[in-house]
Amino acid sequence: MRKLLKTLEERFFFVLMAGSTAFLALLLLMIITIIVYKGLPSLTWEMVSQTPKGGYYFGREGGLLNAIIGSLYLASGAVALSLSISLPLALAMNVYFRNRKKLVNGIRFILDLLWGIPSIVYGAFGFTIMIYLGIRASLLAGIITVSIFILPIMVRAMDEVMKNVPLSLLESAFSLGSTRREVAFKVVTRQCFPGIITAVLLAFGRGIGDVAAVLFTTGYTDNIPTSLMDQTATLPLAVFFQLGSPIPEVQNRAYAAALILTVIILAISVATRLLSRKFHKTSIK
Amino acid sequence: MENPIISIRNLNLYFEKQHVLKNINIEIPHNKVTVILGPSGCGKTTLLKTLNRLVDLHDHVKISGKIMLDDKDILVPNIDVTGIRKKMGLLSQKPSPLPMTIFNNVAYGLRINGLRGKRKLMPLVEKHLREANLWDEVKDRLRDPASRLSIGQQQRLCLARGLAVNPEIILADEPTSALDPISSTVIEQQFAELKKHYTIVMVTHVLRQARRIADHIVFMYLGEVIEQGPAREFFNNPKEQKTRDYLKGAFN
Amino acid sequence: MYNFVRKTKDTISEAWVKFVLMLIFLLPLVILASLLNKSWMVIQTSGIGDLLFSSVWRPMAGQFGFKPFIISSVYVTVLGLIITAPVCLLSAIYLTYYGSKRMTAFMQPIIDILAGIPSVIYGVWGVLIIVPFTGRFLAPLFGYESTGFSILSGGLVLAVMLIPFILNILIEIFRTVPHEQMEASLSLGASKWESIKHVAVRRSLPGIVSAFALGLSRAFGETIAVLMVVGNVVGIPRSPFDTGYPLPALIANNYGEMLSIPMFDSALMFAALVLLMVVVCFNLMSRYVIIFMEKRQ
Repeated sequence: MRKLLKTLEERFFFVLMAGSTAFLALLLLMIITIIVYKGLPSLTWEMVSQTPKGGYYFGREGGLLNAIIGSLYLASGAVALSLSISLPLALAMNVYFRNRKKLVNGIRFILDLLWGIPSIVYGAFGFTIMIYLGIRASLLAGIITVSIFILPIMVRAMDEVMKNVPLSLLESAFSLGSTRREVAFKVVTRQCFPGIITAVLLAFGRGIGDVAAVLFTTGYTDNIPTSLMDQTATLPLAVFFQLGSPIPEVQNRAYAAALILTVIILAISVATRLLSRKFHKTSIK
Repeated sequence: MENPIISIRNLNLYFEKQHVLKNINIEIPHNKVTVILGPSGCGKTTLLKTLNRLVDLHDHVKISGKIMLDDKDILVPNIDVTGIRKKMGLLSQKPSPLPMTIFNNVAYGLRINGLRGKRKLMPLVEKHLREANLWDEVKDRLRDPASRLSIGQQQRLCLARGLAVNPEIILADEPTSALDPISSTVIEQQFAELKKHYTIVMVTHVLRQARRIADHIVFMYLGEVIEQGPAREFFNNPKEQKTRDYLKGAFN
Repeated sequence: MYNFVRKTKDTISEAWVKFVLMLIFLLPLVILASLLNKSWMVIQTSGIGDLLFSSVWRPMAGQFGFKPFIISSVYVTVLGLIITAPVCLLSAIYLTYYGSKRMTAFMQPIIDILAGIPSVIYGVWGVLIIVPFTGRFLAPLFGYESTGFSILSGGLVLAVMLIPFILNILIEIFRTVPHEQMEASLSLGASKWESIKHVAVRRSLPGIVSAFALGLSRAFGETIAVLMVVGNVVGIPRSPFDTGYPLPALIANNYGEMLSIPMFDSALMFAALVLLMVVVCFNLMSRYVIIFMEKRQ
């Protein structure tokens, strides 16, 4: 009798576990289906090739080109800026100050802390900095804010890869008389190149999808920005603002923007996957 | 000993609280093969990596004593470490080619010394690959990534790469332990050839290998040097009881 | 000449690396200081106690009581965690101990993609699916009247967003349970499920707790997706079907007006400061738990 109960318990939980796992797959399918179903009918050529025209927000002509280009500018700029900090930092932890465990653990601790801070707080922080420096809401302010927000994401991803560089590789590079810079930027960077690209893609995906960090800092405009000091629209902001409109045509455009954003994110995800597969084939073990 | 190239005096090394090297005094002769012999875990590798300051890569290491190379103490803090490392090529247990092509692996050391341009690099790359007895096997595939070579070939590539920096000394840390017997023989033969121009310091725990190639022996046990001297004397007429036990195979 | 160039490059890169290192140590302090500096004005005029525990929210009159927002935040967050916890735990156990290699290989990209979907997309999905679901189905079921824009919708959307985040940490934690311990339990005649219950889960308990703590802090700061489904009406919610107005939503919704009302910007920065403190505390706590767990092993 007890045995039967036990078996029943195990069966019960097995079904529950398998069910919840299957639910995850269903969930993704459901989210993507609804975004495609709602977004596809409004996703015309006009949407991706034109900026908003007069009366756009009452449902007349125009498209989302300003937001698409704005998002790409913002995310690329932020990733580039962040890379100039995060790559040296990851190399500092794994090459330059490799022999200083306490320091490296201190940095990892701070990165964990920064990583946990919500993007709205980064947005608020970016806003205070903006006021302090006297910059107005602009592409530049957005780039700076997003680059700070994706910094811990990038460094952690790179650190993960660089931690696994075998010590013997560092040793042989150093024994050839290389300086720390040469070991870091010529040997380790090359060895971890696919990992660095993965980190960049990951950060790009985060940067392009975030609203809360740019809400205060980029402003919003119907034009494509022509300089760093211009305001800019972004895709997630376009979704957010247009969904709040009472006019159905404008709401539909929010769905179209959501679909474009989802496609970009999925493309990044596929690229990352292909890359890591290729990496496994050629890396030195 | 006349003009030793390296002489180590009263070297002590602590790793965290562990006393890894205990009061080491060694002299290493010029243009000979010196073998540091001893059972695994007796501090041989640490000693080798202290010679070119690779121990700097680790935390919690404390060193005292002196290592004189060309009458200069290389353990003083302000010395040009890259310069010292250039004088000593390292061959580690497992070959670790740099993540680049075969050609660039050898050219790497030349380039960081300021040599540029394929026309200047090519003859030198060929020369060093020949020195490592690898040229004939790779001359048609210099553009391949080094990771595609077999382990034995990779080890010889690492040798060529080390020679390209123009060292005076070759440090070898059980260089044949990961290799098949044929590749091992090739490396050993190359050492016999190379000692005309270079001083070789090799770490091994394989007694037979030491017998085959050593001119000079340093025998270590648990972080201490038990006995050192010319190989012939060491093998035929050991002075210490521990050496005799070791040669009989008492602790291996 | 070459050596000069090489030395210069070394010096420059060394200096840049050190600069970057300094930057990373300063960044948390600068963030804290700038938010504290901005919110100082409102803290001085109203006092921390009033700000946190008063329910009077009249920005025009200079009265900033954050209690309704804090309660909403806690409500949504805890609800989200309660909904997501069993799903994460069950899936994590399934994927580590029952799923085949192919199964895990199939699920990993799904989890990764779920983790990568921007929160605004979750928000759109919430508006389209969750809000009508709560309004037309769940609310009548429990005898409530609701538009669907409610604390419960916020909790449900959060629950879904937390899944990939918590699940990944849990899988990692279960993987660190040594095989020998599971095998020891199995060889004593315990069934697989019993071994999981008594060995894997018990052993990983601190890790599981800290995974949920991390999830909680992530949920507490989540802004856009929750904002889109929670209703955003100031007031203390009395049931899950009531509308709510969490702290992050408050900040996000008012960025436009904040400079036109005196002290409003200071009050909003105070809200950001509260968020920061809560998140950092949870973070430190879960970290402490993990360190404690590692020491015990």
